[in-house]
Amino acid sequence: MSESKTASTLKENNSMRALIKRAKFNDHLFGTIGLLCIILILTTLLVLFVDLVVDGFPQLTNGDFYSNFPSRHAARAGLLSALVGSSLVMLVTFISAVPIGVGAAIYLEEYAPKNWLTEIIEVNVTNLAAVPSIIYGLLALGLFVYTFDFGNSILTAGLTLGLLTLPIVIVATRESIRAIPVAIREAAYAVGATKGQVVSQHVVKYSAGGILTGVIIGMARAIGETAPVITIGALTFIAFLPEAPISATPPFLNFEWLTSGFTVLPIQMFSWLSRPSSAFHVNAAAAGAIIILVTLLMNAVAIRMRYNIRKKIKW
Amino acid sequence: MLCALSAVFTTVAIVAILVYESYSFFEHVSIVDFLTDNQWTPLFEDAHYGIMPLVSGTLTISFVALAFAIPVGTTAAIYLSEFASHKTRETVKPILELLAGVPTIAFGYFALLLVTPLLQWVFPDLPTFNMLGPGIVIGIMVVPYIASVAEDAMRAVPMSMREGSYAMGATRFQTAMRVVTPAAISGIIAAYILAISRAIGETMVVAIAAGQQPNLTFNPMDSAATITAYIVQVAMGDLPHGSIGYQSIFAAGLVLMLMTLFFNVLGHFTRKKFREAY
Repeated sequence: MSESKTASTLKENNSMRALIKRAKFNDHLFGTIGLLCIILILTTLLVLFVDLVVDGFPQLTNGDFYSNFPSRHAARAGLLSALVGSSLVMLVTFISAVPIGVGAAIYLEEYAPKNWLTEIIEVNVTNLAAVPSIIYGLLALGLFVYTFDFGNSILTAGLTLGLLTLPIVIVATRESIRAIPVAIREAAYAVGATKGQVVSQHVVKYSAGGILTGVIIGMARAIGETAPVITIGALTFIAFLPEAPISATPPFLNFEWLTSGFTVLPIQMFSWLSRPSSAFHVNAAAAGAIIILVTLLMNAVAIRMRYNIRKKIKW
Repeated sequence: MLCALSAVFTTVAIVAILVYESYSFFEHVSIVDFLTDNQWTPLFEDAHYGIMPLVSGTLTISFVALAFAIPVGTTAAIYLSEFASHKTRETVKPILELLAGVPTIAFGYFALLLVTPLLQWVFPDLPTFNMLGPGIVIGIMVVPYIASVAEDAMRAVPMSMREGSYAMGATRFQTAMRVVTPAAISGIIAAYILAISRAIGETMVVAIAAGQQPNLTFNPMDSAATITAYIVQVAMGDLPHGSIGYQSIFAAGLVLMLMTLFFNVLGHFTRKKFREAY
């Protein structure tokens, strides 16, 4: 009697052990697969960058590449007009997107009453962030190029990319404003500060790091953005520089560059890439390596900053 | 207040311009033709305006992308949330963000000159321009997106639920599969839907590596054009303002906008509706 009982317990124990063993095996199996997935993703980033650098190496190390205009001869073609174009477009983007974005976020967080209008604006901002970038290109084509008659100019491109970065700046600013505890505001009010003083001396000041992070990420995205700029009809063969924005003679500033034709880094890369000759692909790779390097650096700085802010601030 | 309204203004302007230009387009082309004709050749002598070839291209590429990104992204998310040590997670998450910030044109280069040749080595019949290569590359592009949104959803599952499961003797894998994933399912599905909308709207990879021939096909080995690639192709050429070709890109853009809007709204509601209250 007792012997058969022991046997059945033993059998149960064994099947239980097998079960546990299987569960543990699955556990380790999944752990390995998961790790492989992560490694796969990380390798992709590395391969992408290394591939561009290796393919573009002859041009990346060629000093003339940075000071030549585009050319029909692959070996003599350079990035100069694209580098200048990208910087000027970014300047317009920055000037148009940052004040409006930060203003909108401050209004939404600090001033906006809770009503249907605010609700609509909020839903809108979230949706705008998810609109494909090429749609912004179509908007710019219809609105800036033909309705306002800005043409294929630096101004059009800058404003288009400004609209594109606007939701990013708004969302980032709102998040960093929201992280400021109410107690700070209450303390400021308690010593008699007005609403304007609270916002400018406390809210904006403490959230500046977060806002800057959002601005950098938005700008990094705008630099690499190709589709909307192609849509507005950006020329791909530009062998001249726009008028310099700052001159040594009065009136020192001129705005003629705003209406100038232009090319930017990603467009230049696209035009080289769409040629069948592989000599131009070397140029494309070099341009790609530069774009990636710039965006990665900007993003890395932004992520690092956010990390530091999170660590430093203890309310 | 005015600043905040700029966001609303942008949306209104987008819709107004798309609808206005599409309206003039539909004065020339009937909506029935637009939806049923199986050829899209607005720039040819014998013009046909059937959006279906572009839609089929868009959907096929998105499908390939998701077929790659969903398994990899979900596994990565589960691993990061349930298996990885704190240090690994803190290292990997910023890198995922970096990957999400890489400009799409660089991925286009990657698709045309690295992934497609590799695939041709496996499938010798594959043409230089095909949908498989760009599909996979778009998949790689949305993986970080799925991984980080899904991981956030899993992190939000309260620790006590995991502890309950561990107390019953479950392994990490069992806990992840039967407790955490079901609890976070709304967030995970929302991540998938937003990824679909992203894959549909992706432009440069497709314009570079898929060829620009509108083909009514669902075979990923063929070359095809998507809605976005068509817009780029037309915009590169010099089309006079107000011509039918010019208006056609707005009609195509409207379809694209409606498709992404549909998925975005769907994603929004999934997240709201299936949210489990703890």
